[in-house]
Amino acid sequence: MSDPIGIDPSDWVCPLPLRETKRIVIGHGGGGILSEELIENLFLPAFGSAGGPARDSALLDVAGGRIALTTDSYVVNPLFFPGGNIGDLAINGTINDLAMSGAQPLGLTAGFIIEEGLELEVLGVIAQTMGKAAAESGVGIVTGDTKVVGKGGADGLFVNTAGVGVVPDGLRIGPEQARPGDHVIVSGNLGEHGVAIMSVREGIDFGTTVTTDSAPLHRLVAAMLSAVDDPNVVHALRDPTRGGLVAATVEIARTAGIGIELDEGRIPVPDTVASACSFLGLDPLQVANEGKLVAFVDPAHSEAVLEAMRSRPEGAGAVIIGRAVEEHPGMVVGRTPFGTTRIIERELGEQLPRIC
Amino acid sequence: MCLGIPGKVIKIWDESGTRMSTVDFGGTTKTVCLAYLPDMEIGEYTIVHAGFAITRLDEASANETLKMFEDLGILEEELNGVEGQGRREPA
Amino acid sequence: MKYLDEFRDPVAAKTLVDKIHQRATRTWTIMEVCGGQTHSIIRNGIDQLLDGAVEFIHGPGCPVCVTPLEMIDRALEIASRDDVIFCSFGDMLRVPGSHQDLFSVRARGGDVRIVYSPLDATRVAAENPDKEVVFFGVGFETTAPANAMSVLHAQRLGLTNFSVLVSHVLVPPAMTAILSSPANRVQGFLAAGHVCTVMGTSEYGPLVEKFGVPIVVTGFEPLDLLEGVRQVVDLLESGKAELRNAYPRAVNDAGNTVAQQALADVFSVTDRQWRGIGMIPQSGWTLSPRYAEFDAERKFGVGHLQVQESAECHAGEVLQGLLKPNQCPAFGKTCTPRTPLGATMVSSEGACAAYYQFRRLEAGGAPAPTSSTAAHV
Repeated sequence: MSDPIGIDPSDWVCPLPLRETKRIVIGHGGGGILSEELIENLFLPAFGSAGGPARDSALLDVAGGRIALTTDSYVVNPLFFPGGNIGDLAINGTINDLAMSGAQPLGLTAGFIIEEGLELEVLGVIAQTMGKAAAESGVGIVTGDTKVVGKGGADGLFVNTAGVGVVPDGLRIGPEQARPGDHVIVSGNLGEHGVAIMSVREGIDFGTTVTTDSAPLHRLVAAMLSAVDDPNVVHALRDPTRGGLVAATVEIARTAGIGIELDEGRIPVPDTVASACSFLGLDPLQVANEGKLVAFVDPAHSEAVLEAMRSRPEGAGAVIIGRAVEEHPGMVVGRTPFGTTRIIERELGEQLPRIC
Repeated sequence: MCLGIPGKVIKIWDESGTRMSTVDFGGTTKTVCLAYLPDMEIGEYTIVHAGFAITRLDEASANETLKMFEDLGILEEELNGVEGQGRREPA
Repeated sequence: MKYLDEFRDPVAAKTLVDKIHQRATRTWTIMEVCGGQTHSIIRNGIDQLLDGAVEFIHGPGCPVCVTPLEMIDRALEIASRDDVIFCSFGDMLRVPGSHQDLFSVRARGGDVRIVYSPLDATRVAAENPDKEVVFFGVGFETTAPANAMSVLHAQRLGLTNFSVLVSHVLVPPAMTAILSSPANRVQGFLAAGHVCTVMGTSEYGPLVEKFGVPIVVTGFEPLDLLEGVRQVVDLLESGKAELRNAYPRAVNDAGNTVAQQALADVFSVTDRQWRGIGMIPQSGWTLSPRYAEFDAERKFGVGHLQVQESAECHAGEVLQGLLKPNQCPAFGKTCTPRTPLGATMVSSEGACAAYYQFRRLEAGGAPAPTSSTAAHV
């Protein structure tokens, strides 16, 4: 495995000497002493104790409302990239999945599929990253699982995190709630995560100052929902991860049966992202984000929601970029700075760097 | 064809007989082969295609073209009798 | 970004659009032979802006689209071999062969890698001496210098496990073929700006002479395209057939002589099949016999393959400018980016893909109306 980017193993302190291995071996997944040691000495110190005896599943008190449940698997390669690592994505991504339903996140699980041969130091740093991200978000990693697979089985490491949250009674947020007239708001600069990943991917590596924007958005959403008395002025939320802004808006347009018009001149793409996409021939609007959201908001209250967003660091760059319309249901149309229009559509698979 | 993007040469070196460079595309840097522009210098702009610099960008010529657009605009204003709008600022 | 933003100024664009409309006393048909220009025209709506003054016919400017089916099948055959690492530009991966594409070869275990530069492929070869590394050398004259350098570099490094599957195509012979066709409607050309940075402009004068059409060397940004069109329309209205350069900041008449020398050394001219058009004599480059050891066709002896195009696909007519993508009966129905019938729907530079991506609102089988119908939002 090539050296991970940005890893500083000196920050990771091994609390107890593990048996003389620097790497995961198949035995770590065996459920025996090695497994126990791994959990006791590597994972638990990183996550911080959730209190209570170790259990297979975690019980969480829930007040009146619906439980939101989500799961996500993280298989990003390389594991480390400018600004973060797979651990950041695993925590923030799942918190965000909950937040997009308007849920208050309550707890996370963390499952690891580890490839034989992965350096313990690498795993340790990732675990610490996850613990830190969880602590900063105020959401605990309350249970988990570990498996080890043979060499070649997992690209180093696969992580799955499931999240549970509670959606208060009366809150109706979902893609089907978006309706004609809604203002489309984006919470900040687009394209940063995707560019950061591409810059360290073999075959298209390049130099950039762009770092991942991975961040938890549950507090931003909470602020949006309390911008005015009625939280339901926020109709739909989506985080534009794989497929970028385009995938997020097209999916909502199709689900809600509405058309969407975007004013391209208003969509915030930093120069550093634009230049990277430029030379690869990629569309910044289709590049992944890990710390942004797209919101469909009642136009009568969008200013208030915007103000609430801008009061938080994760929403400082929030801006209205378009609106939902009745025409061309299911389609997203962009208005260029020249006053012309074009249909905005998703790529079939992933975007490919091109020469043409 | 020909996705060619302008960038500025910021570093030049030799790699086993081939002239290589770092080109800055407005915040993104990439290693680019300069074999086809042997007299390219640091600070100059080039068009890059498939990892190769294929031509030097002529700044004077670019400015001339932009000025021509501007003049066309002013001429049009005059012809249309539009007064006092001042020079258009580049976006 | 410098040299980009300035050439995207909407205010200057409006001026140029107005000038073109003022000058044009009728609708002129103009062709661009460059996928990058096609993409930029449609993506920025330049065709919408010039509706009435200009009808664009999108020429076969996408080397991905015109790579002969036989060559794609050869590539697939080579890429499927166990001992081969097949390197290609991203554009080529989804181009359909007779039965599959490079993506499906990869899904079945073939080692297919996307590279940004041909030098990345030589590096892969140097790092994997126990494998055969093959680079898919497609493109117009713009890309050929880069591909040529990979061969020269491989030779200098003494690599014996590197070869190139060469399928270059040349622009001027294509323009000749189009202009010679009895069905030709093209009245003026935008010449491909980046091809000209390499080859210079000398090949176009004879075309102007022979066919009496104005040719203007044009760039890619919206203002560049509008200026190129403005000059073509000006010439057409004046009844003059001349060669002009509307991209002087990047193109000079001589072109890049260092690159031209490398091209003359590494490649030889050959007859070439253009997918969907047919044989155009002397319109391609193949590897010069001097570099035979780097010729993948020789090395892998794939020989003559039985090729099979879709019967429903009208890419050929689209490439020749005889049919607009949205006039094709299969467009948007049996032929979509998800289920492409031909290369013009696969490549993001292909006219069909560009239409599908940006113009589906006007699609529906009817010819594009001549009056302005831009969907005002």
